[in-house]
Amino acid sequence: MRRERVPIVVVALAAIGAAFFILPLLALVVRSPWGDAVKALTAPETIEALKLSLIASLSATAVGLVLGVPLAWVFARVAFPGRSLLRALTTLPMVLPPVVGGIALLLAFGRRGLVGSWLDSTFGITLPFTTAGVVMAETFVAMPFLIITVEAGLRSMDRRYEEAARTLGAKRWTVFTRVTLPLIGPSLFAGAVLCWARALGEFGATITFAGNFPGVTQTMPLAVYLLLETNQEASYILSLVLLLISLLFLIALRHRWLGSA
Amino acid sequence: MSLEATVQLTLGALALDMEVGIEEGEVVALLGPNGAGKTTLLRAIAGLVPLESGHVRLDGRVLEDTASGEYIPTERRPIGVVFQDYLLFPHLSVLDNVAFGLRSRGTRPREAYDRAAQWLDRVGLRSYAKAKPGALSGGQRQRVALARALAPDPRLLLLDEPLAALDATTRAEVRRDLKHHLASFPGLRLVVTHDPLEAAALADRLVVMEHGRLVQTGTPAEVTEHPRSQYVADLVGVNLMRGQADQGSVRLANGPMVAAAGAESGDVFAVVHPRAVALYRQRPEGSPRNVWPGRITGIDLMGGRVRVRIGGELPVVAEVTQAALRELGLEEGGEVWLSFKATEVGVYPA
Repeated sequence: MRRERVPIVVVALAAIGAAFFILPLLALVVRSPWGDAVKALTAPETIEALKLSLIASLSATAVGLVLGVPLAWVFARVAFPGRSLLRALTTLPMVLPPVVGGIALLLAFGRRGLVGSWLDSTFGITLPFTTAGVVMAETFVAMPFLIITVEAGLRSMDRRYEEAARTLGAKRWTVFTRVTLPLIGPSLFAGAVLCWARALGEFGATITFAGNFPGVTQTMPLAVYLLLETNQEASYILSLVLLLISLLFLIALRHRWLGSA
Repeated sequence: MSLEATVQLTLGALALDMEVGIEEGEVVALLGPNGAGKTTLLRAIAGLVPLESGHVRLDGRVLEDTASGEYIPTERRPIGVVFQDYLLFPHLSVLDNVAFGLRSRGTRPREAYDRAAQWLDRVGLRSYAKAKPGALSGGQRQRVALARALAPDPRLLLLDEPLAALDATTRAEVRRDLKHHLASFPGLRLVVTHDPLEAAALADRLVVMEHGRLVQTGTPAEVTEHPRSQYVADLVGVNLMRGQADQGSVRLANGPMVAAAGAESGDVFAVVHPRAVALYRQRPEGSPRNVWPGRITGIDLMGGRVRVRIGGELPVVAEVTQAALRELGLEEGGEVWLSFKATEVGVYPA
């Protein structure tokens, strides 16, 4: 059987596109000082930053699931005036420069912020410049990815399955947990992965709202950026580590949940 | 009536205004063309579409009544539904699908799975308990859907085009199975279909609807003998006319007078079977009282016979043999004379 001819221009452009991604990653691998790798990786600051990054990004994903799925459900299923506006507002952080997001968070939840001053005076809760602040900053920037993915999933699912469940006597919660959630599983998973990946890489909002305190708010991206000024080699190694973690997660999870394409 | 439903609602272009009842032990088929509102009526009975006005009562218990504002939600109605494309949950095993209704209604897991397994035995699919619905054939899916709907022991079973998703080769077999399962279910049964054969095979009584309204109801024999709409006449394959009877003849709404032996008086339907209509090249002379000129508008082969559609003052379908068609040299667009005897015209009150 003759193979279909592939247009050469498309292939050439696709190759340039692929090279654009591969070259920087390759440079990172080639230029990293492998001899110092073990030392850089086992340094207490590195381990602390790595731990904090994982905890904060996974927490942000968890918060995103708990708050974002109901929000997506409301957007997909409940018609109310101002829905489009509200949806635009909740997805704004996707296009907003993260630093601006950080400033907005400070003005709302900072010690003198709209809500923050009340939290501080009534409960003695301070959010900025804490690990909780890191999670908030990451959630603020990353949750919109989860919301739009899950909303799209809810909109495209066949709602007649929910009706079938109801004719079998299932109450709303049962319908949601046993039918709706499993049916939008792929969207839910994709949304969570996007959210987590965005949270892991978060820099601007985190450094603005939570600052850069080693062990408390200094996540991997922050550590990499600061090391760039004091110890370039170590920053290369840390970058490589971030890259590997992300890659492994994506490959492993994609294979497990979405099937290999 | 054990089920009484009076349903009025509008949904897009459909204006539904129907009444349907089911007696104890009855299988009723809701028959009508696509878009007649059959599925919407079924969904309204199940509580999936709100009524604009009307009521649904089951064994005297009100499920919904717009006058009093009573409304029992779908999940609390003792109604099982087999949906047109079955809607088996693709992420659950066959056994989980069948156990779903029992589990949702609070049966303990152990008992629910035991009973679900028994249902799979009954429909002959025990060995597929762990399979996902996607791995099953169309006929097997239909049986799982039936088991799933029946497992919670509903009082009323609704089936929406239960055979439409199947290909022609398996349909006859699945229909036989379905008839058997319907017979062994002790509750009320309502089958929606657009297929008259299916309706006649499965049901004790037909309810024919068109454009959201009731057209006719009766046993399959009554409906086929006395069609009361063009739709039913077409399904049965007879020529249907309507007019005013007057001592041996029927004056049709659009003018022509048809001689009919049994006609007396009043608004009547008159039917003539296509086999009773004879065709001629020239005007025939003889005993038949009904002789009309016309033009052939279509010729359909049906096995060894041919159905000839004739337009003109009295549009009629005639059924002749292929040999007759050849000898007469009839073809589409050609002129023809038709005749049928007054004694071949069946007349009954409209």
